Amino acid sequence: MITTSKKVIDEISFGLLSPEKIRKMSATRVITPDTYDEDGFPIEMGLMDTRLGVIEPGLRCKTCGQNVRECPGHFGHIELAMPIIHVGFVKTIFNIMKATCRGCGKLLLTDKEVEKLREDYKKIVEMGESTAYFAKEVAKMAVKVERCPHCGRENLPVELDKPTTFREAGHKMTPAEVREWMEKVSEALGKDLLLLDINPEVARPEWMILTVLPVPPVTTRPSITLETGERSEDDLTHKLVDIIRINQRLQENRDAGAPQLIVEDLWELLQYHVTTYFDNQTAGIPPARHRSGRALKTLAQRLKGKEGRFRSNLSGKRVNFSSRTVISPDPNISINEVGIPIRVARELTVPIKVNAHNIEKMKELVRRGPSPEPPAGVVYIPGVNYVIRPDGRRIKVTKENASTVAERLEPGAIVERQLQDGDIVLFNRQPSLHRMSMMAHKAKILPYSTFRLNLAVCPPYNADFDGDEMNLHVLQSEEARAEAEILMKVQEHILSPRFGGVIIGAIHDHVTGCFLLTYKNREFSREDAIRILSSAGYKGKVTGKMKGKEIFSKILPKGINLEYKAKACNGCEKCLKEKCPYDAYVVIKNGKLITGVIDEKSIGAFKGEIIEYITRKWGTEEARSFIDRLTKLAIAAIMTIGFTTGIDDEDIPEEAQLQIREQLEKAKKKIQQLIRAYNEGELEQIPGRSLEETLEMEIMRVTGKARDQTGEIASKHLGMDNSAVIMARSGARGSMLNLSQMAGCVGQQAVRGERIRRGYKNRTLTHFKKGDLGAEAKGFVSSSYKNGLTPTEYFFHSMGGREGLVDTAVRTSRSGYMQRRLINALENIKLEEDGTVRTTTGEIVQFVYGEDGVEPMRSIRGKAVNLDLIIKEVANE
Amino acid sequence: MKFDILKHKLVPHHEILKEKEVEKLLRTYNIRKENLPRILTTDPVVQAIGAKEGDVIKIVRESPTAGTSVAYRLVVSKGIE
Ligand SMILES: [Mg+2]
Ligand SMILES: [Zn+2]
Ligand SMILES: [Zn+2]
Ligand SMILES: [Zn+2]
Repeated sequence: MITTSKKVIDEISFGLLSPEKIRKMSATRVITPDTYDEDGFPIEMGLMDTRLGVIEPGLRCKTCGQNVRECPGHFGHIELAMPIIHVGFVKTIFNIMKATCRGCGKLLLTDKEVEKLREDYKKIVEMGESTAYFAKEVAKMAVKVERCPHCGRENLPVELDKPTTFREAGHKMTPAEVREWMEKVSEALGKDLLLLDINPEVARPEWMILTVLPVPPVTTRPSITLETGERSEDDLTHKLVDIIRINQRLQENRDAGAPQLIVEDLWELLQYHVTTYFDNQTAGIPPARHRSGRALKTLAQRLKGKEGRFRSNLSGKRVNFSSRTVISPDPNISINEVGIPIRVARELTVPIKVNAHNIEKMKELVRRGPSPEPPAGVVYIPGVNYVIRPDGRRIKVTKENASTVAERLEPGAIVERQLQDGDIVLFNRQPSLHRMSMMAHKAKILPYSTFRLNLAVCPPYNADFDGDEMNLHVLQSEEARAEAEILMKVQEHILSPRFGGVIIGAIHDHVTGCFLLTYKNREFSREDAIRILSSAGYKGKVTGKMKGKEIFSKILPKGINLEYKAKACNGCEKCLKEKCPYDAYVVIKNGKLITGVIDEKSIGAFKGEIIEYITRKWGTEEARSFIDRLTKLAIAAIMTIGFTTGIDDEDIPEEAQLQIREQLEKAKKKIQQLIRAYNEGELEQIPGRSLEETLEMEIMRVTGKARDQTGEIASKHLGMDNSAVIMARSGARGSMLNLSQMAGCVGQQAVRGERIRRGYKNRTLTHFKKGDLGAEAKGFVSSSYKNGLTPTEYFFHSMGGREGLVDTAVRTSRSGYMQRRLINALENIKLEEDGTVRTTTGEIVQFVYGEDGVEPMRSIRGKAVNLDLIIKEVANE
Repeated sequence: MKFDILKHKLVPHHEILKEKEVEKLLRTYNIRKENLPRILTTDPVVQAIGAKEGDVIKIVRESPTAGTSVAYRLVVSKGIE
């Protein structure tokens, strides 16, 4: 048993290590830059000295006498030949210099002013506010002083030459001189150091200039042995080698009385090495590099950023009982399920406690071993990987020992059973931007190597199958499983808290399928109707031919009443409702689709009215079952009817091509006219715009109109017999704009919302005359995607496209950082049972959650109730 | 003539709570005064209604989602704790 004692952290204080302290905690002084001798043994007083800890099995630590696993490692130290400035404290040193006199070390303020500062400081401490800015204020006051009020020395301006060089009135100060100054300051100020935000009890200013450098234990910088037998040292060790080498040379040269210039050069070099040892990304100096050209990872790099200790090892960790692989679709599993490859299922386990009631079952399970042979007709049965005995011993179950382990199984043991159908698992896709990025699924063990998921859950995960990978976590306790099932199951997320509408629903072919099924109420033969309905799990009788709307009605729950405008609605001025000529007004009465075509608005993710209604009225279980039936019905329908799309969907007749070309010619002429008017000064200026801006706006308007018109001409020849149009109109995929760009003309390309103008002097490309303001010269693409772009058009199109790419790249990184900051700021705010929102310390943030107390997920598109619907339902009864 | 900020349409209704009301408020939420959100004595509205340090102010805002929403704030001279 491991015993733990409860200790509460009361206070953390930060201070500086004094040279004496560094020497005292040091296990040895390090003097040689070499690490190992010819026999591969660590050299004494070298960087790998066994007094600093051991990393090789078999060796014992000379300091604590323990071996590899036990010895925590011990610090050593390097005696620096000359003082070196610590980069991390340059700003603090600079601030002290500004605030104090180099002659006497006192604050450059009169005694009266200092007395006032002491009082101010006391007040700030009493109010519990940060004293961090106080020191800066003191320095600000002091720099203006011309002469020290205490010793009368002139106050010369100090400059900081980044990263570590200080100058007084232009003269370079050596670190030794800086240290001297700091010594004077701590001598003269004593307790008043607090005014400079330094606690004299734990830190003295001169300690910010190093005379002794601590050498971290070898355990923090272990060397690795490559396959070739070659030793490869840690980056920190490399850096320390550099420091010791230069330190040695500096010492020798100084002791031999070498010329000042040489000593200073070496001193600066040592400063460089120590600086990069702390932070190899210090601004103003080149980073130290490996022989291969890779920048070294030194102390700051170990901690900082995404790959640093904090974000990568402390805030986030790798976990057991998890798995990651490529995802692929499976229309035959429920939205609540996830398909798991057999190989993954054999690796992931669920712990089961053995008791008097299940012991026989568990024995049978253990007897199977880790890779049982499934009986004929079954693809998979779970085995057992480990058994944990009541005494805590973990036994690996193998084919050989399975039966003996099973026999010895007793109540209190834990059997780690392999995954089986129905186990609750968490499924996740990064980036985990909202709660629907991690949902609970029921496991379904399947052959092959990918995770399988129902297509209707792609929208919440934002997943597609172009190589996306997802993570899976197996829950290990009853509590976790219960919580996941109640709060995290997929069906509990059909309604999104983002906008209070559905997020799990039909996509792509599901939408097309339902559209084709119900559009113009197509008739189906009895056989086709049976095929479609049976695949959706319909159990009733089919007696003869059936209409599409009738078939769709069969999967609707009884008692559903809805009325709304479909996606196909043209937004006519006066809606004819049931008599809509486009069949875009959906009426469902008592579970029967009377009029209207089923499209994205009815069943789609983000929009689906029917799904939303069912979820609200009958709950998530009914909604899940509806989505499962719906997707299967839609797939059966689209396969029965047949559907395909290809490049010839964008074919338009010769005469339409001609019309389009005519329109474009007209537009180009119009632009020429505008330019002529502009040149002759006849262009009428738009108020608040310059003449140039007016011209640009007019031209943009003409080009925009030209594209729309060509689109219209193209659309005229792209009817509802066209697959691409069906997809666009039903909301399955693509838009009419996409189509008109493919068939008609791509249109004006823009960078920063303007016609393209960058490139050469007074022109975009050398293909055009200087000062040409015409359509072609400024990025108008009159070709269609299908006919192909000219080289200049292609170039302009790439410019516009590149801007889009850059924008998204910038946006994602910025919103990512923004989200991180929000999460860190809000992570300990909680909704209490009384409806208030409070911090962990009990401070109230909101008196009623969100002002209205409405949970967005249970809201109706953000509102607490849908009055219209309630009135309608009450009126009907 | 000084402009009356309390009449500005962007300034919600502020009022100082009476001793008894404060007690009731603290009882309702089972909190101490320090757990309330704060407002500085230097806040223009606080000065306009003449609230003193330690007073609790009731603020009634118009809310697009809830009609009106009520919040309370403790008047403090500078950040406390
Ligand atoms: Mg993808
Ligand atoms: Zn040791
Ligand atoms: Zn002085
Ligand atoms: Zn309509």
